[in-house]
Amino acid sequence: MHSGGFPWLSLLLALPLAGAVAMYFVTESTARWIALVATLADLLVALPLWWLFDPQASQMQFTEHVAWITAPPIYYSLGLDGISLPLVLMTAAIMPLCVLASWSAITTRVQGFMAMLLVMETAMVGVFVALDFVLFYVFWEAMLIPMYLLIGVWGGSNRLYAAIKFFLYTLAGSVLLLVAILVLYFYGGHTFDILALSQGTYPASLQMWLFLAFFAAFAVKVPMFPFHTWLPDAHVEAPTAGSVILASILLKMGTYGFLRFSLPMLPDASRAFTPMMVALSIIAIIYGAYMALAQVDLKKLIAYSSVSHMGFVTLGLFVLNQQGIEGAVLQMVNHGITTGALFLCVGMIYERTHSRLIADNVGLAAPMPQYAVLLVIFALSSLGLPGTNSFVGEFLVLVGTFLWSKVATAFASLGIILAAAYLLWMIQRVVFGVPAPHHLPKLRDLNKRELATLVPLALFVFWIGLYPNPLVSRMHQSVTHTIASMSRAKVPPTAHPSAGGTAPLLVDSGEQLKTQGTSR
Amino acid sequence: MSLYGTDLLALLPELIIVVTACLVLALDPITPASRRDLLAWLSVGALALCLGLTGWQISVLNVRVSAFSDLVVIDAYARFWKILLYGVTGVIILLSLPYLKAERIHLGEYYGFILLALSGMMVMVSGADLLTIYLGTELMSISLYVLTGFNRSKPRSLEASAKYFVLGAFSSGILLYGISLLYGMAGSTKLASIAVAIGTRGADDPLLLIATILVAVGFGFKLAAVPFHMWTPDVYQGAPTSVTAFMAVAAKAASFAAFIRVFVEGLGGLKADWSLLFLLISVVTLVLGNIVAIVQTNIKRMLAYSSIAHAGYLLIGVVTFSGAAVAYYLVAYLLMTLLCFAVLVVVGNSGGSDQIEDFAGLAKRSPFLAFAMLIGMISLAGVPFTAGFLGKFFIFDAAIRQHQTMLVVIGVITVGCGFYYYLKVVRAMYWLTPPADSQPVPLSALSRLTMTLLIAAIFVLGVYPQPILNALDQPAARATISMFR
Repeated sequence: MHSGGFPWLSLLLALPLAGAVAMYFVTESTARWIALVATLADLLVALPLWWLFDPQASQMQFTEHVAWITAPPIYYSLGLDGISLPLVLMTAAIMPLCVLASWSAITTRVQGFMAMLLVMETAMVGVFVALDFVLFYVFWEAMLIPMYLLIGVWGGSNRLYAAIKFFLYTLAGSVLLLVAILVLYFYGGHTFDILALSQGTYPASLQMWLFLAFFAAFAVKVPMFPFHTWLPDAHVEAPTAGSVILASILLKMGTYGFLRFSLPMLPDASRAFTPMMVALSIIAIIYGAYMALAQVDLKKLIAYSSVSHMGFVTLGLFVLNQQGIEGAVLQMVNHGITTGALFLCVGMIYERTHSRLIADNVGLAAPMPQYAVLLVIFALSSLGLPGTNSFVGEFLVLVGTFLWSKVATAFASLGIILAAAYLLWMIQRVVFGVPAPHHLPKLRDLNKRELATLVPLALFVFWIGLYPNPLVSRMHQSVTHTIASMSRAKVPPTAHPSAGGTAPLLVDSGEQLKTQGTSR
Repeated sequence: MSLYGTDLLALLPELIIVVTACLVLALDPITPASRRDLLAWLSVGALALCLGLTGWQISVLNVRVSAFSDLVVIDAYARFWKILLYGVTGVIILLSLPYLKAERIHLGEYYGFILLALSGMMVMVSGADLLTIYLGTELMSISLYVLTGFNRSKPRSLEASAKYFVLGAFSSGILLYGISLLYGMAGSTKLASIAVAIGTRGADDPLLLIATILVAVGFGFKLAAVPFHMWTPDVYQGAPTSVTAFMAVAAKAASFAAFIRVFVEGLGGLKADWSLLFLLISVVTLVLGNIVAIVQTNIKRMLAYSSIAHAGYLLIGVVTFSGAAVAYYLVAYLLMTLLCFAVLVVVGNSGGSDQIEDFAGLAKRSPFLAFAMLIGMISLAGVPFTAGFLGKFFIFDAAIRQHQTMLVVIGVITVGCGFYYYLKVVRAMYWLTPPADSQPVPLSALSRLTMTLLIAAIFVLGVYPQPILNALDQPAARATISMFR
């Protein structure tokens, strides 16, 4: 049963689900409140973990371990380490903001919308805390349908196309993940335990295939160039809350997958594929930034900037050193905060002007000063200004990259310059531009609900930017552990006690059958 | 005849069903049209009685009982399938009641033929002799030919019946030919004797291989495996919807149960040969079933191709010798297919057709029905936390254990196709706007209860499958279900 006392993580999973079930019985106006209460309660449960977490320990904490299915052995197995802790906390913190952002934007089938948000929260937290590979996959797949519905039912005019595209891309990747999981089970000593599988050693050729199967699933989610084409469509059509979930949390699943599975389980393949991964990351950084420069739609601009920024995360992961990986994890959180906030900003302006085009939203500084200030803060954070969160993350990633290759660092740095270009240019037009005379916007500034959505994120921007140590110190041991496990002493998986005898080969069972047949 | 006393006792459930069927047929002419409901309830009562009897058999004699000098065997495997068949048939009779009235074909024979088909299926799952199994198959098939053409006023229904009959009779002939060859080789049609004969003659006998292929073709028709699937779409579309449900669910389960028993208990010695044959069949079945389903516009045709595709997944389980996975998959398949057809039948009651586009906006008209269909579809597609996901998971797990990685890769790619066409229905229900004159679909309390139970079962199986896995893994049940291990 529980080895860590109170089942924090189960509670974390159960609360949103309970809220989603409650949606079946309530009216539209109470649905909003129930969703807010459920997500806030979840945040309240998640917050103590920050202090209860022991930063000195590299193993999983708050673990729970209950048998789910006996043959094949699948466990309801949960746990947190320094890599998943920040992501779980970020998820719990972003979700109430998503509910707030949808408060007046969603007017049709509110109960259904809130139920989908809450189901998403359970599935997303589940992905980060699952320690059983099948459980992980179940949560991973469970995100597909609610997200598909969020885009497809409550999205923009071209929502069906975007929803189907999102669905097929992610599904195509994740079915191969299932094959890889089953193959790993077979070669890894007949267990789905993620930690045990991370200890195993697999033949180099098998590692290559498994890496490619993992890559198919995770690279689509990140999304890495050239699998990114679903992202701009999905972002543009999704409702604001959907975009925020997509950018802040869903994209992190891919990089989390690389870090949790590809690196520790397939170290040889990870090293072999490093040049390809670094090259794809750098292409994503530069290509995403160039595409962002050319966009006239605010959501598309931020979507392409996401491609660019996520390139930094994959770059940091695959240079395979302490600085790079710590920077990548930090950057995952940073991107979640900053890009989430930018999407919230776009959603707020869309509610007022019903347009996401830059040309239709020119010169907002005069009518909406508070909004303008926050937008500038988040844009500066996104371009990595020192003192904001992204600077720390990108700096660490670049330091890690520098240790691996100076040329790669030079190319990656181009991304930061381009980010400054497209974001400052956007700010120049949207905030300080001069609107056409007939176009003078009569807009009200942010109300209290909207301020409550954005201000917490702004605080995070500066807190991580100025004093990242509490966050970095909590992930330090886990990252060290991951890197150490990549160069561990190789233990053949056959040493596992359950490896023998459970799956007789064809010949054995044939003989067994023959004797059965004759004895009858 | 006291010699047969115990034998008759073992066959009591079959006898009850046959007697009830005759009773229904006899009572039909003297029952006034307004009281034909009673015939349906009589049938359901007989099913409940049999359910009790078979359940009692499980608790009292949890062993293998042979009857009629080994022509019939009552073991845990047979009882498992019988109990499922009672439940499925009961649900279908209850669904048929309002449907037949709406279609103006509420005749007593319907229930009689359903029960006769059921008795055939029961003989199939407990036959230990090829001829017994053949008789059961014919009893089931002939009843189904009649039921398919039950809507006499509709040309499509008659056409389906004729097609089904011609192809079915043809396949029965092939099956019989295979059986005759086996008889010539073994001197007996008993599965046990055939297994012994294979043991003594060796697996390389060309006569044996030809016989095996012929038997496989005969069963391939019943299972609707490619390339013997041609009858399926037309028959599924033409038959009255409640009959289609009966075919897709009960007939499929019984055919699979008999098929597995024949190939494991009788032809188990030729495993190396037939597993290669079914490997090929399962690949083409998966690919063709799933891809052709994508372009269907009629939901019954789509479900026909989907049932072909699911036969492909089940065959993966067969070629990888995982009886428990196949059994679990079949149970999951029964539940979700039954749920989809329940919605189709109810929508059909109110005059709706079965084109996918006619489901447009069902979510606005009848949210519960749309939700039930959504659950049925996502479970067929294999979304986690539904029975369909774990079913596929266990099948793929079994395949990986047998080093059939390529088979699994093909399997998961076709699962992707499956998502596409199942979600087409979801799309129609939730996104397309309903026609202006559309009315909510009336839903009786009984149908609502049935659907709620099916939905609950799908989720229970998907979230907590351990009880049913334990049931499949009991020493008695293990006899046949997991005998390949």
